[in-house]
Amino acid sequence: MSLLRKLMAKPWEHAGEMQGLHGEVVNRFSAGRVGLMMFLAVVSSLFGLFMVSYYSRTLFPDWEMLAEPGILWLNTVLLALASVAMQAASGAARRNAIPALRKAVAAGAVLTVAFVGGQVLAWNQLVDAGYFARTNPAVAFFYLLTGLHALHVAGGLWYLGRLGYKLSRERDMEHVLRQVTLSATYWHYLLLVWLALFALMLVT
Amino acid sequence: MAYVALADRDHEHHLHDPQSFVTKYIWSQDHKVIAVQYAVTAIAIGLVALALSLLMRLQLGFPDTFSFITPDAYYQAITMHGMIMVIYLLTALLLGGFGNYLIPLMCGARDMVFPYMNMLSYWVYLLSVLVLVSSFFVSGGPTGGGWTLYPPQVILPGTPGVDGGIVLMLVSLALFIVAFTMGGLNYVTTVLQARCRGMTLMRMPLSVWGIFTATILGLLAFPALLVSAIMLLLDSVVGTSFFMPNLLSMGEVSDHNGGSPILFQHLFWFFGHPEVYIVALPAFGIVSDLASVHSRKNIFGYRMMVWAILAIGIISFIVWAHHMYVSGMNPYFGFFFATTTLIIAIPTALKVYNWILTLWRGDIHLTVPMLFVIGFIFTFINGGITGLFLGNVAVDMPLSDTYFVIGHFHMVMGVSPILVIFGAIYHWYPKITGRMLNDRLGRIHFWLTLFGTYAIYLPMHYLGILGLPRRYFAMGDTAFIPDSAHAMNMGISIAAFFVGAVQMIFLYNLVRSLTHGKPAGSNPWGATTLEWQTPQTPPKHGNWGPELPVVYRWAYDYSVPGAAQDFIPQNMAPEDVPKADPDYRGEEGEHV
Repeated sequence: MSLLRKLMAKPWEHAGEMQGLHGEVVNRFSAGRVGLMMFLAVVSSLFGLFMVSYYSRTLFPDWEMLAEPGILWLNTVLLALASVAMQAASGAARRNAIPALRKAVAAGAVLTVAFVGGQVLAWNQLVDAGYFARTNPAVAFFYLLTGLHALHVAGGLWYLGRLGYKLSRERDMEHVLRQVTLSATYWHYLLLVWLALFALMLVT
Repeated sequence: MAYVALADRDHEHHLHDPQSFVTKYIWSQDHKVIAVQYAVTAIAIGLVALALSLLMRLQLGFPDTFSFITPDAYYQAITMHGMIMVIYLLTALLLGGFGNYLIPLMCGARDMVFPYMNMLSYWVYLLSVLVLVSSFFVSGGPTGGGWTLYPPQVILPGTPGVDGGIVLMLVSLALFIVAFTMGGLNYVTTVLQARCRGMTLMRMPLSVWGIFTATILGLLAFPALLVSAIMLLLDSVVGTSFFMPNLLSMGEVSDHNGGSPILFQHLFWFFGHPEVYIVALPAFGIVSDLASVHSRKNIFGYRMMVWAILAIGIISFIVWAHHMYVSGMNPYFGFFFATTTLIIAIPTALKVYNWILTLWRGDIHLTVPMLFVIGFIFTFINGGITGLFLGNVAVDMPLSDTYFVIGHFHMVMGVSPILVIFGAIYHWYPKITGRMLNDRLGRIHFWLTLFGTYAIYLPMHYLGILGLPRRYFAMGDTAFIPDSAHAMNMGISIAAFFVGAVQMIFLYNLVRSLTHGKPAGSNPWGATTLEWQTPQTPPKHGNWGPELPVVYRWAYDYSVPGAAQDFIPQNMAPEDVPKADPDYRGEEGEHV
């Protein structure tokens, strides 16, 4: 473990020596990527705690199972495809292939919008079936968890929209190329969160 | 390829030099300006919390005297005092204020890595403060449910502020968390990515280690508060039942069904306990640096200090339920949390020993910052020891709802960090403004504050052991409370007014020294860390002029044998260190 080795260093010895510093200070991540990683850690903590709260509530004897709308399966596929598109965009960005990048970003955006639309349909179906947030805890948690996830997706879409605008005007391209790869990571992460949420809601 | 420091490359294009007054001081992206904005806002709202505490002391010291202090007003004062002090003052001042100011300067960076987000962080924080303050002016006033906001009572009719106050409180907390996350991502990423050449992790000053670790704790713990705030908000506004059980309220069966109030307590304290260390760790780090600088001696056990900070950070996530012994839990659960609570005392005690050993045989300069360091060590030991009592389930049970707990946590996370903050302000004010604070006023401020706070909080321990219950609006004619306890409560109140008044000396000093203070020069304390080596004082935008500093040594080269001066700056190359004249013995009483 290089981190442990770093923490074992005796800084009062070797004043003036500079060896090994390049390896430490210049690490292989950009500041943007480190910032994103930390942000994803925060979001993980958020969703993790919601899921723990949810799970602990299901252990109560009065828990009522909720039959999730079938459209969620379709939405899952849409989000997975969006993630694939974003991965293609990330690859195109690395190769500097601008036309392919444009297509992939557009596909990713459209699929993600379709996912959010699908989630709204799912909420409508539940409301039509007479399930309101006050009906029982399972329903309330369903709205809360899916809503929070959709909010994170929407945040990503807003950012992607800004990138897409710059991409169409060919402005600030170096920045756009870097941010597209970061956006792809965010999309994969949201897919993972969705899969975890969906699985948890299916079994309870 | 020639080496170019990462900080160098990454930052050049971020440096939009501020053009006008507005971009320089209001919509500023400069970490130093943002730090001062954070600090001023935090101190301003802290003064509100101070006034609220005096309101409480008026009632407790002189019950049945002031008709304007109703039970509702009293509970609102308790709630707002606690929440403001913990979140909006201490967290914001230590991380938003000192974190913002010190991290780039101590790490040798030009600014935070995401300056725009840093600016947003402050403005969202200000918004959260304004939302909080607005709850004083809505009908029903602010929430009076206690700073822990426990459901069900906090959102049930009969509790003050149930109409609007609680909603504004929860919204304000959510905003604060957003602001903190934007700032926190900056602090962590800057420490990891933007250190100057030569600044290895283990060459960082302990202040940076403390702030860095506390920020990570905050980033991981504040989501728990956000989760509980969101669900409580839905329970209160939409009528869901996440935390609200079915119950009788005002003779009617409530609409809620099946929620778990205990779940809220777990979530709240999963945030709440790390929060203690979010406040304590920066204070630990800063006090280590102050002790070292003002005793002209390297910090004792630097590596142990770093490891202890990390160990405390990790363990702080598995002690939360010691706040809930009286909520009822499986005895094995209580045993587990009592054990972890006592274990966290080990790295904490290690730090205390190291501070004392740093002072031991040091060339102690009794400057104002050093006085506050010594005051902190005493106070922290006091508050820490009573923590050992309360960490044990069997001892906690009878003491939990008494003044003993008030005495304990005010000593350990009220007075202690505040003393460090005062010391830190006396220490860094010369760098921030270019002028020294008045020394005589500083000394008066220190001694009166120290003795005053002891006069407030030490007696509370005795009142607690006597069984005096906390949170009560008035004790009434309770048989087991003797007259002497009432007299002592009156004495505590008088001491509290006294300490409150003494802080005006400090504020006067802060303002007056801006224009009348002695010019400080670039390094008045003879400190080694990078913030004292900037080309200008106060540092200009970009901090370092054309060249970033290069670090050759750790932050604690004080009184190095053979060197002419008793400190060697971190950015001084070994070949540049002036050698002492071997025949020169120094003059009597000389401070080199």
